[in-house]
Formats: sequence, C-alpha cells, structure tokens
Amino acid sequence: MSGMSRIVKTMTSTVFPFAMIFGLYVIAHGHLTPGGGFQGGAVVASACAMVLVAYGSVWTMRKIKEKHLSVLESLGALGFISLAFLGLIFADKIFFDDFIMGPNGIGMIFNNAALGESDIFTAGVIPLMNFAVGLKVIAGLFAIVLVMAYATVKVKEVKSK
Amino acid sequence: MIYNIPYFAVIALILIGLYAILFRRNLIKIVIGITLIESGVNLFLITLGYREGSTAPIYTLSPGGIMSMPVPQALTLTSIVIGVAVLALMLSFIIHIYRHYKTLDVRKIGGDD
Amino acid sequence: MNIMDHLPALVVAVPLLGAFLTPLVGKVNDKLRNIFVIFIAGLTCALVFLLANQVFTDPDGIITYVFGADTEDTLKSIAEQGNPLVRILFEVDGLSAFMAIIGSLLPLVAVIYSWSFMKEHTGLDKYYTLILLMTAGMLGMMLTGDLFNFFVFLEITSIASAALIAFYTDKGKAMVAGFKYIVISSIGALFILLAIAIFYAQYDALNIAVIANNIQYGFLDKIALVLLIAALGMKSAFAPMHMWLPDAYGRAPASVTFVLIGTTLASLYGVLRVCFTLYGKNLAATGSNLGSLNLTPGFLLGALLVVLAIITIFVGVFMALKQVDLKRMIAYVAVAEIGYMLLAFSAVLISLYGGTSPNTEVVSQTALKGGLFHIFNDALDIGLLFLVAGAIYYATKETSLNKLGGLARNMKYTTIFFLIGLFAASGMPPMNGFASKILIYESTYQVNPILSVIAILCSILILAVFVKVFHSVFLGPEHVSLKNVKEVPKIMLLSMAIISGIIIFFGLFPDVVVNNLISPAAEALTNNKIYISSILGVI
Repeated sequence: MSGMSRIVKTMTSTVFPFAMIFGLYVIAHGHLTPGGGFQGGAVVASACAMVLVAYGSVWTMRKIKEKHLSVLESLGALGFISLAFLGLIFADKIFFDDFIMGPNGIGMIFNNAALGESDIFTAGVIPLMNFAVGLKVIAGLFAIVLVMAYATVKVKEVKSK
Repeated sequence: MIYNIPYFAVIALILIGLYAILFRRNLIKIVIGITLIESGVNLFLITLGYREGSTAPIYTLSPGGIMSMPVPQALTLTSIVIGVAVLALMLSFIIHIYRHYKTLDVRKIGGDD
Repeated sequence: MNIMDHLPALVVAVPLLGAFLTPLVGKVNDKLRNIFVIFIAGLTCALVFLLANQVFTDPDGIITYVFGADTEDTLKSIAEQGNPLVRILFEVDGLSAFMAIIGSLLPLVAVIYSWSFMKEHTGLDKYYTLILLMTAGMLGMMLTGDLFNFFVFLEITSIASAALIAFYTDKGKAMVAGFKYIVISSIGALFILLAIAIFYAQYDALNIAVIANNIQYGFLDKIALVLLIAALGMKSAFAPMHMWLPDAYGRAPASVTFVLIGTTLASLYGVLRVCFTLYGKNLAATGSNLGSLNLTPGFLLGALLVVLAIITIFVGVFMALKQVDLKRMIAYVAVAEIGYMLLAFSAVLISLYGGTSPNTEVVSQTALKGGLFHIFNDALDIGLLFLVAGAIYYATKETSLNKLGGLARNMKYTTIFFLIGLFAASGMPPMNGFASKILIYESTYQVNPILSVIAILCSILILAVFVKVFHSVFLGPEHVSLKNVKEVPKIMLLSMAIISGIIIFFGLFPDVVVNNLISPAAEALTNNKIYISSILGVI
C-alpha cells in the first residue's frame, strides 16, 4: 500500500520516538507499576504499525526485512528460556528468582535493599524476563502486521491482473 | 443487585458472540464473534476478583484498606495474549482463503463431502 | 544439579528450548537442523522413559514437582502449617506417565519420517519449530496438576497444530481445514476457561487436587461439568462434534497427522482427569432411585457417555464406507476408534457407580484396562495407516481411491505395513488391536449385551472397509499413470518398521504391557485419594 500525505508522515516521525520510549518504560517498570512484557511490547508494536500505515508498506519493507525480525524474535524467546534454565543450574530450582536476589545471588548489583522497597532493582529475575518477553512481543507483533501488509499487496496485484 | 450488572454483561456478550458464529455467513463476522466470546470470558474473570471497597493491588507500601484479588488479573492477561495470537492466525487463514476462493462466504468455500 | 530430581520440568522445557533454537540452527545448515530436531525429540523420549520408570517404581506411584521453589519445603508447609497453595505444580501419576510415553514416542517417529517426506518443501524451519512446540504443549497437558496451566498448554497445542494442518498453502482445501480447526478449537478452549473461572469463583483455587478435595455438587458445578465435558469432547472428536477431524486429518501432511493423533488423545486424557479425579467425590453420591437402579451422578454421566460412544462408532464406520479419498477414510475409522475408547470408559462409570451387578470390581478394572490399552494401540494403528497413506502420496502424488491400483508390484514393503495396520485396526490376532478390543468386548458384555454386539459388528465392518481398500489400492491391475512408481526412501520405511515392531510386540506379549504400564495407570485413575493426599498431606 502507498503512504499517506506529508502532514501525516511528519507527525508520525515526531510522535514515534515518544511512543517507543513510553512502551519501553512500561516494559522496564513491569514489576512496580501495571505493565510488563506483553503490555509494553504491544505499545511499541502499535507505534511501529503506525509507521507502517503512514509511510506505506513498500517503504517500510525496504528498511526492515522480515528475516531480521525473525532473528530478534528467536533471541527474545531464547533469553526467556535460558533465564529459566539459569535458575536450574545455579540454584537447583527452575524459574527461581532468588538466584539473583538472594544472599548467594550472582547479581549483587541488583541487591540494593538499602534503597527501600519500590526501587527498580528489587524483583530478582522478573525484570529480565520482562525484557525478553517484551523483545519477543515487539518483533512478533510487528512481523505479523508487516507480513499481512505484504500479503494484501500481493492479493491486490493478483486481483488487478 | 447493582454489583451483578457485570455478570449480565458477560452473558450478553457470550450470547451475541455465539449468535454471530452460528448464524453469520461472512468469515470475518465469525472471527468477530469469537473475539466477542473471548471478551465476555475475560470480563467474567476480572469481575470475580472484585471485593467491595477495594483498591488496585499495585502498591508496595499500601495506604491501608483491602485490595482486590490480583490472581484473576494475571489469568486475564494470559487469556488476552492467547486471544491475540489466535486472532492473528485466523486472519492469516482468511487472507489465504480469499486468495484461493475469491469469496468470503462460508457456504461457498469448503471441500468435498 | 541433579537431573533426576527435575525430570517433570525438563520433559517440557527441552522441546521448548529446541523449538526456539531451531530457526537459528536452520539458518546455518539444513541437514544440521534435521539432526538437531531428531536429537531433541530423542532426548525428550529418553527423559520421559526415565520419568515413567521413576513413577512406576515409586511406592506411592506419584511424583510432585513445584515450579519456582523447593518441592519438599512447599509440600511440608502446606501439610503441616496449613499455608495456602500458590505455586503451579506438575503432578505425575501412573496415568500421566503412560500418556506421556505415547506423547513423546509419536513426535520422534514423525520427525524421523519427515526427514525424507518433507524434503522438497520450503519453510521447513517453521515446520520443525511447530512440531517441537506441539510436543511441548502435549507433554505439558499430560503432566500438569493445575487447571489453568492445562488451558494454556491446550491453547499452545491447538495454535501450533492449526498452523501445521494448513501446511500445503498452495491448496485451498488445506487452508479451509486449518480455519475450521482453529475456530472450533478456540471456541472449545474459551468454554474451558469459563468453567475454570466458575471453579475459581467457588473454591478460590486452581489446583486440581485442592478443588477435588473441596468440590460439592451444586448447580454451578453441574454447569462446569457440562462445559468441560462438551468442550474437551469437541477437542477429542466425540460425535456429534467430530466434524473437524476428517478435514484436519485428511488434508494435513501425513507426519503432522501422526502428531495430531497424540493431541486428540491428550484431550481424551483431559476428559478422564475431569471425570475421575476432579469429580471423583461426587460420582458416588447418593441420587434418586429408579426401580432397582441407583441413579448416582456417576451412573447418569456414564449413561450419557455410552450413548455418545455408540453414535460415534456408528458415524465413524458408516461414513468410512462411502469415502473415496484414502486419508479421509482412515480419519473416519479414527473417529470410530475414539468411540471404542469412550465406550470402555463409560462402561467403567456405569459399572462402578450403578452398583447393580455383583462383580463390579472385575468388570470395571477390565474395562478400564481395555480402554487405556486401546488408547496406545489406536495411536499406533491409525498412525501406521496414516504413514502408509503418506508414503503412497509421496510415491504417486494421488490420494483418491479411483486413481490408485496395483501398487503391490512396486511397493512391496509398504504393502506389508498396510497389511499389519489393517489387521491391527480391525482387531485381528496376533496384533495389539485384538488384545485391547477383547477386553472391551468382555467388559461391555457384562454391562449390557447389546453394546458388545454393536462393538463386534462395527469391528467387522472396519475390517470389510479396509479389505476393500487393500484390494483396490494394492492388488489388481496397474493404472497406466502409475507405471514408474518406486518404493519410498528407506528412512520412511524405517519409521514405519519401528511402529510395526511395537504393534507386533504388543500383540504377542500383551500381559507384559498390561501389568507394567496399564495397571499403575488404572490404579491411579480409580483412586483419587492418592492424588489429593500427595499434595495436601493425609486428609
């Protein structure tokens, strides 16, 4: 599909960084405020879909190839499951979050209990899992929208022949 | 009685969704019916967690008083994610079916027997 | 880190890890990806065998595994200090271990078969990823002890299967079959979620053992039972909800159908869990009396399921008689076989909770063993027939019975495997179908002689259908277009030989199988006190 007018393109390129920052904020603070991996990932994917609609699918598919998105998605999924296995290796319990936070934890940089309780470094392995899930959701949802736009373009071409 | 209104909304959503799946011919309307049933079931899950006079369960240092149950909220979130995935899959199937059969009428597609 | 302590989690986590690594490995090399997938499937199979060994040699016969905390500490704090149960846990008893053996053997053979069956197709990265995801979902469904976890794994399995059913994207019919499957599957899963929400509203718990301990038989519980049986029956193809099965099994690639059989049986496992373990306390409750019958809820449930089973057997057999497409015909026979399994389990319910005949113990145990043995046998028999149909499609690119003929000259081994599958599916000795079907005939005769007569007659009809197919496909004069048909590659023959070997072994030594595999499962199913007390302490 072709893009929209110049006004829409300018406004989109102005709003897009703010939308992405807001989505990443929702992902990063998932253990303190409402939000988390899926919610923040859906916000960022909506921002990317806004770019797709404003600039047209031909332009977007020249900038982002679908196979790069597939690699990102696999990395997100692998991050999640390797965090689960890390709990198994280090502390003999799967999906265990005390191996970062506990007294023998490997992530002593995350163990700032003196800072109070609503600090960002307080929930062990859950923020890391939020990042992995957020990356997977962003790549996955954007790939779905991109491939559907590509398929619709081909349907229109077949129909007009 | 006024606290039972969400349950009536749940029943209404599920019945309208079932009507759309059973009696509509367009494929996309069938998919919308499935989405309506899913919204109804999610609403039912969230309504179960409400306690009278409660606040949202998001505080670490809470200001006192009771909070509503957080478990149904986690269940609803999982259900919404599953619903998004199923919806994306169904719409991809519809794109392929349209490309083959050139129609979205559920009585005209369909195989043998 | 001791692997033997973490087996239940590893059984689900290893296919998941393999599924996420497959696209990355596939970008490097194709053969490496095939070997990697076969390695992951084999590793899962080995882990499941170790787990089954652990369960069968355990004195209680049950293994509990808590996610995210230490198992013994959590169980001790629940039993002694009365803390509420907030963790998800896997509870592996004899029935779960038995179903997990089936659920890990089927994808291994399917992956070996698809090495050469799928060689000319593109998009194989996603195909192998989805098969490993189906494996992880299936095994998770069979091992879990938490209702919402069961729902999540059910959805994972159905999404992965729907994408695989529509694998042949150049044909419109496969797309329609996939769409039908995902619509029906999604509606069923949403009703299961509604029933789970009703349970959560009443008992404030999602764990099967906790709900089974506290369950009463009020109005809402009856609604939840109806919703669960209807939705899980829709996924297991009970008639009249079987309409998706011929389309889905008939238009998917043959190796995908092989794993789909496993997922259908996993939904049947869900029906068993709900009927026997979850509602176990209610089934024996006193009901009203009708003459000399004692109308307990168990008897009513059994009577309803018997009617559904008879309808399923009839629909399966009579629709198979008029089919022209080979795979669709085998799919209708699969529907009839599911009717046999349901007949056995409803006979168990009637004889255990109807309470009229004198030897209820023997009859119910025989029926239960027959039904469980038939689950394994049906997976192997119908699976072998689908693999043979896939081999015919690979060699001749035809599936219609009108265009096939005289294939026995060129495809000798395939003919032998079809003969083995034919005898096994229709219950002829010395195959395994005979061993399980005779247990079903004997036990249903005690419940009501008419049921047994119907079962035997329909078995004979299945034999007639398959003999007709064998004659028209393999014997007879050759078609002009099929002159250059060659035998299928050796890897496909190897996978079919593995299944045939297991079929013949089960047929010749059925008591070895029944005593070691089936008896623990039957014990675990009729006695749900062990299931509850292993989590909540002695009640």
